[in-house]
Amino acid sequence: MNQTHNPYFPYPVRVEQIVTETEDEKLKTFKLRFLNPEDERKFTYIPGQFAELSVPGKGEVPIGIASSPTEKGFLLFTVNEVGLVTTYLHMIKEGYVMGVRGPLGNWYPWEEMEGKNVVIVGGGFAFTTLRSSIVYMLDPQNRQRFGEITVVYGARSPGLLLYREELSDWEKRNDIRMHITVDATDDPEWKYNKGFVPAVAKEKIKSADNAIAIVCGPPIMIRFTQPVLEELGFPPERIILSLEMRMKCGIGMCGRCNIGDRYVCKDGPVFSLAQLKELPPEY
Amino acid sequence: MLERTFTIKEWTEALKKLRSFYRVFAPFKEGDFHSFREFDGSGSPDFNFGNTRLSAKALIYPQSERMFDYTLDEKNPDVNLYKEAVKDLSPQAIVGIRPCDVKGFRLMKRNFDNEEYRDPWWVQRFESTILVGFGCNDPCPTCFCTSVGGGPFNEEGLDVIAYNLGERFVLRALTEKGEVFLAKAEGDTGPGEDERRKMEELKRSSVEKISSRVATDQLKLKEVNALFSAPFWEETAFSCINCGTCTFFCPTCWCFDIQDEVFGKEGDRLRNWDSCMFPLFTLHGSGHNPRENKVQRVRQRFMHKLKYYVDKYNDGVQCSGCGRCVRYCPVNIDIREVAEKMNSY
Ligand SMILES: Cc1cc2nc3c(=O)[nH]c(=O)nc-3n(C[C@H](O)[C@H](O)[C@H](O)COP(=O)(O)OP(=O)(O)OC[C@H]3O[C@@H](n4cnc5c(N)ncnc54)[C@H](O)[C@@H]3O)c2cc1C
Ligand code: SF4
Ligand code: SF4
Ligand code: FES
Repeated sequence: MNQTHNPYFPYPVRVEQIVTETEDEKLKTFKLRFLNPEDERKFTYIPGQFAELSVPGKGEVPIGIASSPTEKGFLLFTVNEVGLVTTYLHMIKEGYVMGVRGPLGNWYPWEEMEGKNVVIVGGGFAFTTLRSSIVYMLDPQNRQRFGEITVVYGARSPGLLLYREELSDWEKRNDIRMHITVDATDDPEWKYNKGFVPAVAKEKIKSADNAIAIVCGPPIMIRFTQPVLEELGFPPERIILSLEMRMKCGIGMCGRCNIGDRYVCKDGPVFSLAQLKELPPEY
Repeated sequence: MLERTFTIKEWTEALKKLRSFYRVFAPFKEGDFHSFREFDGSGSPDFNFGNTRLSAKALIYPQSERMFDYTLDEKNPDVNLYKEAVKDLSPQAIVGIRPCDVKGFRLMKRNFDNEEYRDPWWVQRFESTILVGFGCNDPCPTCFCTSVGGGPFNEEGLDVIAYNLGERFVLRALTEKGEVFLAKAEGDTGPGEDERRKMEELKRSSVEKISSRVATDQLKLKEVNALFSAPFWEETAFSCINCGTCTFFCPTCWCFDIQDEVFGKEGDRLRNWDSCMFPLFTLHGSGHNPRENKVQRVRQRFMHKLKYYVDKYNDGVQCSGCGRCVRYCPVNIDIREVAEKMNSY
């Protein structure tokens, strides 16, 4: 069988750049370049999808794609240092050769979002595929396809926000409304919001009219944001979540990431709240 | 279709001949149990058994299998590049497999060969395998294949079906693949009148010997979240020790793990059978575990087989009725009882 058709085969990539994102140094962004240009052409992805990063000798980890398909020539992944594979990734140097397998999973409902206002609510380091989505929507080719774009993004402290330079660039634009927040800070220079994401969302999001909301973050943030959105009038069909499960194959075969009869790796990771309500609450 | 008869001795000789064309796997008696082994031409396979202890699952889906190799040697220009591991995928014959275990492969195919993805190794092995099934003259008390769409002489998915008439075996090809196999096996021409009568008789009496009846007809109609939160899971799971025997022995359990292993500077990516009975199966790196207690895991096993699969494929349950999980569970958890509970809930 042709290797290009083997869904387990990781494309070889070189780590071109490593950026430490947060002051606790727990999050690093890896810029990867394909060794073979034809592999890059095969790797066509849509914001919301993820890939398996393959670290020889250590294993694979599923990580959301943080770059946007409008950014050519490389892929970005932002990785939290957690266990075996991610800790090793945090020790590698630029120039390291590793593998990328994918793209995997489904994506945010872009077709449905056309012509609608888009509300993005993100917390902590789950902002990766949201960055992909924002860059994608702000691309001059795409911007007119969407209505107003409102973003609420928070972290515990200013030093834990991802992509800080880009955040401040977006903050200055008038075609996207940014509401950055931190749980707390004693930084006198801090000029954005203070408070938890759900509270800021409640204050800043004005209406659910013709809008779709994408929510990514730690479970507790999701739990408290949900009623805020529902109160605003978002029906469960228009509240979109991206889920995490322990994964291995990423293609719905190894059996571990199911919720009821759906596999998060293949049928997700993106689900609407309406879809989740039909499934057993086991995630 | 082609029919051939053999004495037991002739059959062993025929298998020896077939070794020039196939890797021949057949049941051998080892201690108290039968298991599939590659026939190396010595000794003789034994076709007088209820069922092999382990199913033939591993012959198409090895318990541990190399997926890729790589080197970590910086001096090697190919350092860190994954290369597909070399495998023997030459034609193989599984001789003596029971119809329920063939059904296991058919159910598993749904997982490994679907519209979106094909598992290259499972599919290639499956396609290079010929299934020479032996009907069951004496089903075990734990068997319930007839309740889940099968039967002791069910021909579905088989390339050849064999009748064990004691002194003689009658084999009938069911597919073109089977025809080629049987032509190579040579042997006497088809059964006589007398033998045909015996074959019909065996077919009838074996079905009558299956005493377990399990109803599964209502499962599809049940509401998934109602079954999920049914009160009987605590009790069902109470004595389970999470040993994983049930999933390991099951011809329809397909879950696996992927691991990288390094020996010196050489590495392999392996896949190994895994089990939903183990807490590690779903443990997140963060420490969160959606199935951290055994009640959740036992429920997952039965819900998967008897509800999620039923809903997803609309073609019955994910169980071939082989009865192995019932026979080998150390604490006697019985899928037939659980199916009844779910079906009548
Ligand atoms: C769709 C998806 C997108 C994700 N996106 C990101 C991201 O953008 N950035 C980020 O830092 N993390 C992300 N994660 C979580 C990340 O996959 C885990 O933190 C990571 O797998 C932990 O691996 P480890 O080897 O360091 O930990 P260990 O605990 O040593 O894990 C061992 C193995 O278990 C599996 N595993 C463990 N935890 C998880 C988990 N939470 N999810 C999936 N598999 C797991 C992996 O195969 C891993 O190699 C995502 C997870 C999913 C499912
Ligand atoms: S064989 Fe029995 S005890 Fe072991 S995991 Fe299965 S149900 Fe539990
Ligand atoms: S669930 Fe039990 S009876 Fe059914 S196929 Fe698996 S091992 Fe056999
Ligand atoms: S990760 Fe294997 S089924 Fe989802």
